[in-house]
This record gives sequence, structure tokens and C-alpha cells, in this order.
Amino acid sequence: MSNIIKIKRGLDIKLVGTPEKELKEILPSGTFGIKPNDFTGITPKVVSKVGTEVKAGTTLFYDKYNPKVVFTSPISGKVSAINRGDRRRILEFVIDPDGKNESETFKNDKPENISREEIKENILKSGCWPLIRQRPFNIIPNPEVSPRDIFITTFNSAPLTSDINFIVKDDFSAFQTGIDILTKLTDGKVYLGIKAEDVSNTFTNTANVEKYEFAGPHPAGNVGIQINKIKPVNKGEIVWTLNAADVIIIGRLFETGIYNPMRIIALAGSEVEHPQYYKTLLGTKISALTENQIKNNIDNKRFISGDVLTGEKVTENDYIGFYDTTVTVIPEGNKPEFLGWAKPGFNKFSFTRTFFSWLNPDKERVLDANLHGGERAFIVTGELDKVFPMDIFPMQLIKAVMIKDLDLMEELGIYEVAEEDFALCEVVNTSKIEIQKTIREGFEFAIKELG
Amino acid sequence: MKRLEKYFEKIKPNFEKDGKYEKWGSVFESFETFLFVSAKTAPKRGAHIRDAMDSKRLMIIVVMALVPSMLFGMWNTGYQHFLSVGTDAGFWQEFFFGFIKVLPIILVSYIAGLGTEFVFVYIKKKEIEEGFLVSGFLIPLIVPVDIPLWMVAVATVLAVIFGKEVFGGTGMNVFNPALLARAFLFFGYAKKMSGDKVWIAGLEKGQHLIDGFSGATPLGQFASATKEQVANGGFKIFDGLHNNIISFYDLFMGWIPGSIGETSTLMILIGAAILLFTGVASWKIMLSGFLGASALGLLLNALPDGLNPYFELPFYYHLVSGGLAFGLVFMATDPVTSAQTEKGKWIYGFLIGVLIIIIRVFNPGYPEGTMLAILLMNAFAPLIDYYIIRANIKKRLKRIKVRA
Repeated sequence: MSNIIKIKRGLDIKLVGTPEKELKEILPSGTFGIKPNDFTGITPKVVSKVGTEVKAGTTLFYDKYNPKVVFTSPISGKVSAINRGDRRRILEFVIDPDGKNESETFKNDKPENISREEIKENILKSGCWPLIRQRPFNIIPNPEVSPRDIFITTFNSAPLTSDINFIVKDDFSAFQTGIDILTKLTDGKVYLGIKAEDVSNTFTNTANVEKYEFAGPHPAGNVGIQINKIKPVNKGEIVWTLNAADVIIIGRLFETGIYNPMRIIALAGSEVEHPQYYKTLLGTKISALTENQIKNNIDNKRFISGDVLTGEKVTENDYIGFYDTTVTVIPEGNKPEFLGWAKPGFNKFSFTRTFFSWLNPDKERVLDANLHGGERAFIVTGELDKVFPMDIFPMQLIKAVMIKDLDLMEELGIYEVAEEDFALCEVVNTSKIEIQKTIREGFEFAIKELG
Repeated sequence: MKRLEKYFEKIKPNFEKDGKYEKWGSVFESFETFLFVSAKTAPKRGAHIRDAMDSKRLMIIVVMALVPSMLFGMWNTGYQHFLSVGTDAGFWQEFFFGFIKVLPIILVSYIAGLGTEFVFVYIKKKEIEEGFLVSGFLIPLIVPVDIPLWMVAVATVLAVIFGKEVFGGTGMNVFNPALLARAFLFFGYAKKMSGDKVWIAGLEKGQHLIDGFSGATPLGQFASATKEQVANGGFKIFDGLHNNIISFYDLFMGWIPGSIGETSTLMILIGAAILLFTGVASWKIMLSGFLGASALGLLLNALPDGLNPYFELPFYYHLVSGGLAFGLVFMATDPVTSAQTEKGKWIYGFLIGVLIIIIRVFNPGYPEGTMLAILLMNAFAPLIDYYIIRANIKKRLKRIKVRA
């Protein structure tokens, strides 16, 4: 029925702590938070000052350079704090829920009855717009520009991530509505990347989309890889991407007229007592999930909002990132190891066979966040290519970013990639270079230069 | 170990910012990370789990792959020496003799090279880069055993400074530092690096030598074979006593005169197996190198007889003599100085193989071409990559045109 694309270059890292397919609903308690830092390249302008009563869908702030793009409250309550960091940069909006469950009302109608402009306005006003991201640069798209196509991946292939099929299956009608809405926003097509040979897959029933099946190791589930294989982004083109689970939020908006950013979050990792799924809202505090769930004590544990390959190190008191559907807890590993580089390493993880752990490659391991070495210049060649399944030279592109050569970056394919596509490169890199950060800096540089 | 760890913890503040020995911070850090894999963890954003492989592990694997060649080289040094003086000394005495001869060269190479590196660590305020762990091990294996130690020291220091540090250190260099050290010796002190006398310990001084003993390497003998000799029964090469013919098997096993570690193809292949199994070195470069040498060797074999006697040496003899195997396995595969694109590696390796044979056969001056071939291709590797990358860029541009 659909087209199968086989990804050959990549790596599945097997870790202890995969979430069980059990769903637990947590009632809104404690505070909720929205962090402007989750959105690359926006400058927040406050709308709801401290003390303002807000409903779900009330604007908290907007982007100074793109005032139509607003960011709204996930829940009704009161803005209890706006925390700022250096140079008064806003770190987070904190909302204290009032338990009233009030919502702003937006337009609700069948997709076929409303125009593209009305759809856009509805998505923008409700605060759903930031759920959409564009390639190039993996940023929130400009509402004035229509995308060439829209790409949605329906599976995560990174280690210890949530099973999107499990998340979406109970809300499939809202998902389909969301898809129908999205198809009206592009003159091109909506593409769905589906895990191959998965018979129980809900997504195979999706209508009005172009389906492609993907087989092979991570990063087969990354939307960037899928775009590259289906219809690569050229200079001057813009495509949109979004999380499959977030399509439900958009679908629900048009079905009910309210902004209900429900999130099913996977709590995973070797340090979690019982890894499983939690039903909650966007902006939930990490501790709402992890409380009493961490093995032993919380010392020397690394809390990650997101997955182990791309997430952000946080504390229990931080809020889950806007785009994250996973919270992971692993050991911090901040201990020196005597002559660690010379040991046989029966239990060390390596993509190469330089440690004796090659004897059992399929073993699920407990890995910590230690770097296992110091940063060096690039030495080994070819290692990045082995986990980077695009027709792009990863090391050369990274070097082009390092020397800030915009033309070369463009020629080597900067428009087609996102940080997450380089996550495995960063994992296997012998020289311990911060590759994802480098790529992000490349984006920021390019955005600034291109204006 | 706990005590050592505590001791390091205790003295560490002295070397940190505003500490008593702040200037020596990078030197201290170099020692500390050598003893302990650092406690540093992944940054706030990015990949939170990392491969256990680091550059120290990388280098130690290469060193381990070189150990068989080194051990064999030690034994062979003794074996050749006792052959030249006409005593049958037995395995252990032969090995011990070689050990005593080779160890000082290794020590001098490491002390000179690492000393220079530490000067740069101090100047650059950056932790030591491990590249020299391999270079320092390679240099002793590619020189003749009777090389004066001061020459090794001078060449090593020059190679580290001008081959590596002026470019910015490991990862930035254009030429393989160990080969550069050898090139310095080769052009600076040619007398000690070539000829028939330098390859066997004690031969130059001529003590207790058996009458008429020759220390010529097989390559030297191939190069000097005349038309008549070749016409009368092909290439025959002899050991020092002129009574045994050195066979293909002997060449493969390596009990022949030559640079310390380069003679035994068998030991080099064991090293190659380690490098390839662990995934440290590129099989593409090794394979294409051997293919390139074989291809040109075969081509020369196929040419009509009588043009040049050397043309007629069966191509497989080329593969097991001289430094070809050692160079292709350990030097051409240096990831920093070789081609960096996967397609480029095929071309790079193949051309090295071809060039080795060209220099060997067509150049009457140098019986061996491995060093020059690899250094030359080091210089051309970026050009090969350039064209491979341009092809990718063109493909991307074409995609736009097709759309438009």
C-alpha cells in the first residue's frame, strides 16, 4: 500500500528503563510553566503580567518580531511569577492553577467549512502555532509563508522514547481532524512517516495523507531523515514538521473550540522505579511525574526533559519542555575512573569494537552522562557518516559551521538538518565535540545573516 | 587507587585558576586525565549518553596493534645480528639482544616527542593531545636499528613541531608526523638511512663479521638485479651469507634485514586485524592500497620482457617486501592525514599503492617508495576530498534546477 524506505546507517542504543505501556492520569496540581527558551529565535513580549487571571488559551506572551505568534496558558489559573535570568531575560512564566478549568473559546468547525486564513488565525490565536516547526532551522514558522509540504513522523526511534502509537490510539479521531486541518494549510501534501512492519499501527488508517514506511535503526524515526528521503528541502523552500501527538491538540481545537494541550509523557530511564506513561498537560513540573519514582535517592541523578540524545538537563523543579514527550532519569556519572581508557570495558557502551562489550551488543545497559574523555579536534573520519543516513557530509557540514562559512553551509545542506539529526553523531564522536550545539549556533548565525 | 584519587583532588586547587601553579594547569590536567578518565559529564543540552571511546582509547588500540610488529622486530634485530657474526644464539638471546637495541630508540622517541608536546601544552594552555602516543611508537619501527639516538631525537622534535604543532596539533596536521620524522632522517642523514650496511645491528662497525656477509635488503637486491640475472632464472635474492635464497615465505614471515618493525608481513596483518576488527582504521584504505600496488605490479609484469628487469618481479613480491604493508596498514590509515570522505579513501589508498610501485621500480635512486608515496598522497588527500564534496554539492544544486 505504501512505500517502504530502508534506513541503513544508524544505531539503536539499548538502555534499561523503557516505559511500560501503562497510562496514569495525574490531576493538575502544583504550578505549570512555559519557558520562552524552548523556542529558538523568539523574543518574548509579556501580555499577561504577574497576578493576571488566565484561562486555558489566554495569551501569556508573543514574539516581538512576529506579533501574530502568541504563546498561551495551558490551564486556567493565575500568573504567579515571571522568572527572569541574566539581563532580565525571561526564563519562565509560572501559572498557579485555580481548578476552575475555564477556557478561552475559539472557532470550531469542520475543516471543509473554513478557509485557510481562518484556520491560520484560529491556530495562531489559540497558541497552537508554536507546535508547528519549519525546516530550515527547526524554528517556529512565519505565518505569512505557506509551506511546500508538511511532514509528520509517527514514531520515535531514539532510545527510551515514547511510543506515539500508544499515545495517539485513543484520540485517533482528533488526530484525523488535525490532519485534515493541516492539509488545508499547504499547497503540497501532508506526509506521514510510519514505522515499517508494524501491523497494529493506528496510523496506517490515516486518510488524506501520503504515507511512507521507514525501516531500520535510529534515526529512521527522525522527521528530518524522512524528509531527506521523501522530498528533500532545497534552498528557498520551507516545509513544516510537527509531533504526531500535537496534531491531536490542533484537531481538538477545531472539534471543540478550546485549547486543551493534553500531553502523554513517558517517564523513562534506568533510575526510574517504574517507567510508564503519564497523562497530563503541557507545562507540567518534572516532579509531578518523578516524585517517589526515583530509585534510592535523587543524588547524582540526571533529570532530562526529553530523551537521552537530545533533551535538556533540568532539575526536579523545572517544567517539562514545550516539545518534549519524554522525561528521562539516568545516573549523572560524575566520578573519575582510574585508567578508564585502558580497561577491557566489558560493560561499556561503544559503537566501535574497542571495548569488550562487543561480546554482547544486545544487552540493555545502564549508561550515565559521563563524557568518557576530553574534547579534541576531529580525529577519526567516517564515524559520523555511519550514523547519519542523509546524503550529506556531516563532518564537513559541522566544520563549515565552525568556520562560519555561510555559502559552504548552504552548499553542504544546512537547510535540511536539525540538531536532533546530529544526536547520534555527537554520541559516537571520539573527539567529544558538542555537535548539536554547533549546529544550533550555525542556525542562529544563518538566521542572522540571511535576515 | 582511592588514595591516589584523593591526592589528586587535594593538589588540584593549586593548578586551577588563581592557584599557586595556575600556569601549569594544562600540564597537570594532562597527567590527571591520563590516570583518571575525567568526571566531566555531558553539557546541559545535547546528547546525554556518550560512547566510551575517546582519543586515548583510539591511540592505545593502535599501539596494541603495533606490539606484534615491535616484538618481532626486536627478535629479528637479534637474529640478523647473530647471523652476521656467525653465532647461533638461540631465540631468547636473540630477542634480548634486540630488546636492548630497540628499547633505547623507543624511549628516546617518546621522551623527545612527549617533551616537545608538553612544551606546547604549557604554551597553548590546553590538555595534551594523544596523537604522539602512536607517532612515538611508529618512529622506532620505521628506522634502521643502528640509527644514532640523537638523530632520532632531532627528527622527532622537528616532526612534532613542524609536522604537527605549527598546524594546530593533532587533528590539524597535513602530514603524518612519524613519516615526517623518517623523511627528516632520510634526507638529512641519508647515509644512516640507506645502503646495505645500516639494517643489521653492528654491521657498519664490521666487528666479528663473517667474511663476505652482505646486509642488503631484499628490495635493494631487487633493484640491483641485472637483465642477465633475471633472464637466468628470475629474481633470486639471498640472505647475508649468500647461501640461502630468500623465498616469498621468508619475506612474508619477515626474517630479513629492514627497518625494525616493517619486515614481518604476518605481524603487520595481525595488527591490521586488530585495527579492522575494532573499527579503528579504514579497511577501504588498506584494501585499495594493496589493490593499487597489485594492479600496477601486474601491469608491469604484463609488459614485454627486457624493458627494465625490475618490471618482471612478480607483483606479490612487492606486497611483502619493504615497508609497503607496514605503511598501508599503519600510516596510510592515519585518519587525520588521509582522505576524509569514504569514496575519497578508495582513491587515496589506491594511488598510494600505485605510487609505491612507481617509485620503487622507476626510480633508480630510492629502492623503497612507501614513505614518499604516503607523504605525497597526504598532500593530495584534501584535493581528493574537495572533488568528492563538490560532487555532492552539485547534486544538491541540480535538485533545485530540476524543481524549478
